[in-house]
Amino acid sequence: MAVRIGVYICHCGTNIAGKVDIAKVVEFAKGLENVSLVKDYKFMCSDPGQALLQKDVEDGLIDRVVVASCSPLMHENTFRKATERGGLNPYLFTMANIREQCSWVHIDSGQTTDKAKDLIAAAVRRAFLLEPLTKREVPINPRTVVIGGGIAGIQAALDLAEAGKKVVLVEREPSIGGHMSKFDKTFPTLDCSACILTPRMVSVGQHANIELMTYSEVEEVSGFVGNFNIRVRKKARYVDSELCNGCGACWEKCPGTRVPRKGNVHEKLSLGPTTPIYMPFMQAVPAIPVIDTETCLYFKDDKHACGLCAKECERGAIDYEMKDEIVEFEVGNIIIATGFQTFDPSVIKRYGYGEIENVMTALEFEIMNCASGSTGGKILKADGGVPGSIGIIHCVGSRDKHYHDYCSRVCCMYSLKYSHLIKEKTDAEVYEFYIDMRCFGKGYEEFYDRLLTEDVRFVRGKVAEVTDVPTCKAEEGKLIVKVEDTLIGNVRRIPLDMVILSTGLEGHATLREIAKKCSVSVGQDGFLIEKHPKLGPVSTATDGVFIAGACQSPKDIPDTVAQASAASSAVLSMITREKIEIESATAEVDEDKCSGCKLCNTLCPYLAVKFDEEKGVSVVNQALCKGCGTCVAGCPSGAISAKHFEDRQIFAEIEGIFSGL
Amino acid sequence: MKLKAGIYWGAGCGGCDVAVLDVHEKILVVAEKMDLLFWPIALDFKYKDVEAMDDGYLDIAMFNGGIRNSENEEIAKLLRKKSKTMVALGSCAHIGGLISMANFHTKETIMSRVYLESESTDNPDSVLPLEKWNGGKEELELPRFHQMVKTLDQVVDVDYYIPGCPPVPDQIVSALSQVWEGTLPEKGSVIGAGTRTLCDECPRIKEEKTITSFKRTVEIIPDSEKCLLEQGLLCLGPVTREGCGARCINSNVPCRGCYGPLEGVHDQGAKMLSALASVLEPKEEKEIDELIGQIADPLRTFYRFSAAASILRRKKV
Amino acid sequence: MSFEPKIVGFLCNWCSYTGADLAGTARIKYSPNLRSIRVMCSGRIEPTFILKALYEGADGVLIAGCHPGDCHYQEGNYKALRRHRMLRMILPGFGIEPERVRLEWVAASEGERFATIVDEFTEEIRSLGPLKVRDSLEMVLSEDVILNLDTAMEEGGDANEA
Repeated sequence: MAVRIGVYICHCGTNIAGKVDIAKVVEFAKGLENVSLVKDYKFMCSDPGQALLQKDVEDGLIDRVVVASCSPLMHENTFRKATERGGLNPYLFTMANIREQCSWVHIDSGQTTDKAKDLIAAAVRRAFLLEPLTKREVPINPRTVVIGGGIAGIQAALDLAEAGKKVVLVEREPSIGGHMSKFDKTFPTLDCSACILTPRMVSVGQHANIELMTYSEVEEVSGFVGNFNIRVRKKARYVDSELCNGCGACWEKCPGTRVPRKGNVHEKLSLGPTTPIYMPFMQAVPAIPVIDTETCLYFKDDKHACGLCAKECERGAIDYEMKDEIVEFEVGNIIIATGFQTFDPSVIKRYGYGEIENVMTALEFEIMNCASGSTGGKILKADGGVPGSIGIIHCVGSRDKHYHDYCSRVCCMYSLKYSHLIKEKTDAEVYEFYIDMRCFGKGYEEFYDRLLTEDVRFVRGKVAEVTDVPTCKAEEGKLIVKVEDTLIGNVRRIPLDMVILSTGLEGHATLREIAKKCSVSVGQDGFLIEKHPKLGPVSTATDGVFIAGACQSPKDIPDTVAQASAASSAVLSMITREKIEIESATAEVDEDKCSGCKLCNTLCPYLAVKFDEEKGVSVVNQALCKGCGTCVAGCPSGAISAKHFEDRQIFAEIEGIFSGL
Repeated sequence: MKLKAGIYWGAGCGGCDVAVLDVHEKILVVAEKMDLLFWPIALDFKYKDVEAMDDGYLDIAMFNGGIRNSENEEIAKLLRKKSKTMVALGSCAHIGGLISMANFHTKETIMSRVYLESESTDNPDSVLPLEKWNGGKEELELPRFHQMVKTLDQVVDVDYYIPGCPPVPDQIVSALSQVWEGTLPEKGSVIGAGTRTLCDECPRIKEEKTITSFKRTVEIIPDSEKCLLEQGLLCLGPVTREGCGARCINSNVPCRGCYGPLEGVHDQGAKMLSALASVLEPKEEKEIDELIGQIADPLRTFYRFSAAASILRRKKV
Repeated sequence: MSFEPKIVGFLCNWCSYTGADLAGTARIKYSPNLRSIRVMCSGRIEPTFILKALYEGADGVLIAGCHPGDCHYQEGNYKALRRHRMLRMILPGFGIEPERVRLEWVAASEGERFATIVDEFTEEIRSLGPLKVRDSLEMVLSEDVILNLDTAMEEGGDANEA
């Protein structure tokens, strides 16, 4: 039976009709081959607009649908559904984008109308060759893995666990807690970080629905949405977590050290014990130490002379022979919450970090402020003295073409917090060297206002250099910050006792690796790419893989927690559905044509294309395929076809573009 | 009843006719089933004998060689008219063949190269062939040398294709047997060849491929067990129909593509290019250019046999 | 009338097509010479499509994908890049300037960049002039002797005269 195509042309009010001559386009469409009806309507996406095409399908007037309106990214789904309601396979519908890529962007009405005609002719030719596709569903395993145990991972895991769903939380470090566990106070409310974080960490450790794997790394992810297989390496702690009760006898007697023995105050900064057997900080969850084999005397010494901790441990928990363990488990969804690392400022030579004493990073300053840290929360110079003046340099590694273009979003605020803490704890003069103050969050601008009254000196200008070479007597023995004060229009040299570099946030060094394992992409900025920058901030291009926190972009704690909850709710919505529809427009191998040349085998980013040794042909795992079509273009025999984007369909579109010449 | 058949060569080397003879003793089987009523290379028939036939008189006409001049085209049309079934025999008739590499040049440059410039030419008066010459009692004529080589189906309706340069003799017999047994497939099909690409009948071990360098056949002695493409030799096997018995491959020489692409592949050269580019290792423009710069004469490597059947068909003038 | 080039675009769904949509949302004006075909990934774009577009009448072809490293499908754009580099090598053999086939990276946020690219490319193609592959082919073929067998035979079989 002949194909009958219905063409619906949308005015979109005046958005399209204002530029495109609808009457001419209608006449043109009527003359196209296989078109049996053409209708135009003010707003095709409105209920009556949709009803129009739905009814024509129901009445059996047409069996292919073309809507010429806005972008398919806007309303493809709307019209697919209308087509389906009419009783036709939704893939027998296609769209011509005569708004975003036509009426909105061109000036000459005649040329715009001509272009609309070409685009409609192309869509009509394509529609002629469309094939119905079947929807496919797979069941979803209700268990979730959360990768990363910072505040994002903790929040996501707790949300899911509280909803009664099983979670595996995998953390690289010996304890969960992430960066937040290293902070003393949080901006702008100045609540104690440990006080708000520790109860959550404890809940994670105790929750019946959460299986916690610390000191562990995800080695491999295979499978697809609803049915992922995760392989985790549990690194050897050399302390049996079943036996250890976290008493601390081991590190108290340990003769080794992880920090330089003769180091100054700054070099010896630490939150937990500085011994090779240690807990990263005292509130660690789990409260089980690990042995750092790099510095432990037992591992360094061939004769295994030390062994003191084993002797001290009453419960016999120390096990020097412990090996890494590989664990495998299945989950339905993945939340990546691997967080960030701070920018390493030693690459900016002119700031002298690592070369000049008393130039420190923000994170080091955080640790120094922690009451439980090595200085007991005191702000000290490297030599142990109290600083009389401190400068804080903003945007180190951020908003800088040489390093990262982006704003790290938290540095302005934590810098303000530092000023406040310094003023609270010392009598030091404080300088903030900033480019712009960015205080956008709830209570942030107010905090900035408050600091303006706390005798902090704000200098607007990007610091050129930090040096310890004096040019006058007043500069001797000081760090000199050279900066153009753009508000007074002068270059200033300001002598200080200590400089804090407000280093930016960047994607963790291992992010690319984990991204690759989970089949998600890392953007140019070094952070994970979300499905949509506005409307899909927690999902990714790979179904069943979600992202939360600073692995997606620099974030403060409230945003991180919000995104983590969003990710867990997205996962919950998946789990609650029990089944999920997966991509229908996939690639498919015609086994009668495939010669088994294996050219396509390396092309799939999702490892969906595999060689079937028994049949001697390559096959596409339909559950893994995302329909990108790379293997199709790579198949030399034409044995792989891309459903909904077949060669002949694309050829027809090309021909359609030129059919009206 | 015996079938009435004709064989003709257009612009070709005669290899296809030889391939027909190379069926050796099976020619007796062919002779038993068919009467050859027209085969200028082997038997003395005249065009006028064919012209005298009723339309559709021949059961089958096998046309080898491409369409290079007006005579090729005239006889192709004549045979089409006089035959029930028209078969394109060999690469030239099928996809243009080696001779269609001439499509990358204009008629003028070809004439001047052949009659004026070539190293072996001695033509002090720069004489070029004329279509008409009236020097004697009667006017003499030569067929017109066309602007470009065409495949058989670009000038007449073709029923079946037997690919190869030349086709494998056994495949010719098996294709002919389909004619007398009445087991011919759908019109337009390739007969006397396989349905997959050469890799299927290639006995070499194939692995996943990542190409880091290209070699010419003169540069290395390839490992005879391993896929040639994986060894950097530009083998067109992946984009070429099987059926030849992997003749070149078994001589440790890469496939050059004479059997043409599979159905659904619109342009053999572009398809090979696409597949090959997919598995190159480099990601940076400069490194990519360096690597593909190692391919000797890429145009004629990818389109060695299929220029006339390619989408663009010739060098644009 | 001045020469208005016709350009076919192959845009990847996630970055370039979205970027082109953004140019629309932002009402950025650019040349009306481009007609785009949406594919899911630049890795789907085959040289065959480009040759087909040129054959059908395109004066230029624009391929656009996500920036390197940003591909929605991880590495499809690298395949597009390699195919494009290789296609450039063979185009002169077909008498086509390689500049007529351009590859660009356009991110979803780069509406303005998309518009600029289309404008620049349109002007470049305008200065290269019409391509007209098909017309040229037809012209060349018309110089061949086109036989009408029936007439030729009636006139005594002298085909070349016909």
